Amino acid sequence: MTDLFSKFDPLIEQRETLLSTGLTDPFNLVMERVESPTVAICNGRRTILLGTYNYMGMTFDADVIAAGKKALDEFGSGTTGSRVLNGTYAGHRAVEQALKDFYAMDHAMVFSTGYQANLGIISTIAGKDDYVVLDIDSHASIYDGCALGNAQIVAFRHNDIEALEKRLKRIPEGAGKLVVLEGVYSMLGDVAPLKEMVAVSKANGAMVLVDEAHSMGFIGEHGRGVAEAQGVIDQVDFIIGTFSKSVGTVGGFCVSNHPKFEILRLVCRPYVFTASLPPSVVATAATSIRKLMETTDKRAHLWENSKRLHAGLRQLGFTLGTSEPQSAIIAVIMPDLEMGAAMWEALLKEGLYVNLARPPATPAGMTLLRCSLCAEHSGDQVDEILAMFGAAGRATGCI
Amino acid sequence: MDQSDETFDRVMALIEPFNKKGVAVTAATRFQQDLEWDSLTVLDFVASIEDEFDIIITMNMQAEIETVGQLVDAVRGLTEK
Repeated sequence: MTDLFSKFDPLIEQRETLLSTGLTDPFNLVMERVESPTVAICNGRRTILLGTYNYMGMTFDADVIAAGKKALDEFGSGTTGSRVLNGTYAGHRAVEQALKDFYAMDHAMVFSTGYQANLGIISTIAGKDDYVVLDIDSHASIYDGCALGNAQIVAFRHNDIEALEKRLKRIPEGAGKLVVLEGVYSMLGDVAPLKEMVAVSKANGAMVLVDEAHSMGFIGEHGRGVAEAQGVIDQVDFIIGTFSKSVGTVGGFCVSNHPKFEILRLVCRPYVFTASLPPSVVATAATSIRKLMETTDKRAHLWENSKRLHAGLRQLGFTLGTSEPQSAIIAVIMPDLEMGAAMWEALLKEGLYVNLARPPATPAGMTLLRCSLCAEHSGDQVDEILAMFGAAGRATGCI
Repeated sequence: MDQSDETFDRVMALIEPFNKKGVAVTAATRFQQDLEWDSLTVLDFVASIEDEFDIIITMNMQAEIETVGQLVDAVRGLTEK
């Protein structure tokens, strides 16, 4: 018998080598207690969280929690069904209405995760003879959406407007075209030149989908994302988003003004063939989304945090993913996986949790310590974080 | 099998700047195993082939291409259309 697991041997070996040095496994951390959006207990120790996607700190918002508890009491713990059968409750409609109001768009479709939103929309709207043109650094859910469908897939160099244009011009006349972009790329925290890219896409007859997972709630005048900030949201055909970041729960969505959008509810397999979100989840999401419409002060504080951390890390001598802060993600570039894992562990011992990101998630084989800020991090916490980075960097010889 | 023609020569010339390990390239040379190209190198190389021949080599096609000879065949197919 051929062991189907033998293909994983190189990875198993790499992990064993790394962990045999006595290092804490960076991919096996347990949060024993969570005190707030910014603090948890890990290994019995109070730890500042700098590696969550809790950008707006909504997970412990009193109104959000109250809405969830009420829904749990009134509608039960789960729907036990698909959205198209017995899985659409009043709460699912209410959260879709909240999204329509938030984005000022005609249609909203809620999926059980953000991953499924990309999987479902991309695989369904791009058919066999259509072309999907995507940035090489696209998230796994976008690639998996391409793999689930059977369209022709064309990648272009990260954020390269000319490379996108060249490829669009070479696509055969009459073929359907979907350009897939992200507002914020989550590994380095850099923003896409959407203004130019959407213009080029439209000039070449393509529909445009933008994943705004990492920008919702704090980028753009109404928090609608990078497309709004760059003034092109009206030309974007589909916006994909998630409840698992700024909204503070779990779930995914697509909003659109396409007049035929609603038909997707019947033809999109990752929407149809899965159970819908529990009532408590959609209730917390709807409450959170409505609150995110009026959070100007928190947005400003999040940006302040991002600028402060970026400047501080640079001053300490770390190499960062972007030359200026472009989002709530600040990526610290590590020379290799060994140093990355050592720094990650040293930071954890200091009482700081960041994400250790490595290939295939990262571009160009990079190892990153990815820091994501929260609007609830205080200025003092940011200073504390910088002190920890300084100590860990010196202890590991990283700076 | 003798593959040499103009397309083959042009592809070979475009491989050279990316052949950092100085591998002796033939039609049987495999991009991943022999040239040891990572995904970013592949992207840049594919872009240079696409620009040279004014074609698109989709990721669907790339998944089927392992060797230099297979790439040359694919380019021939795309430029004959």
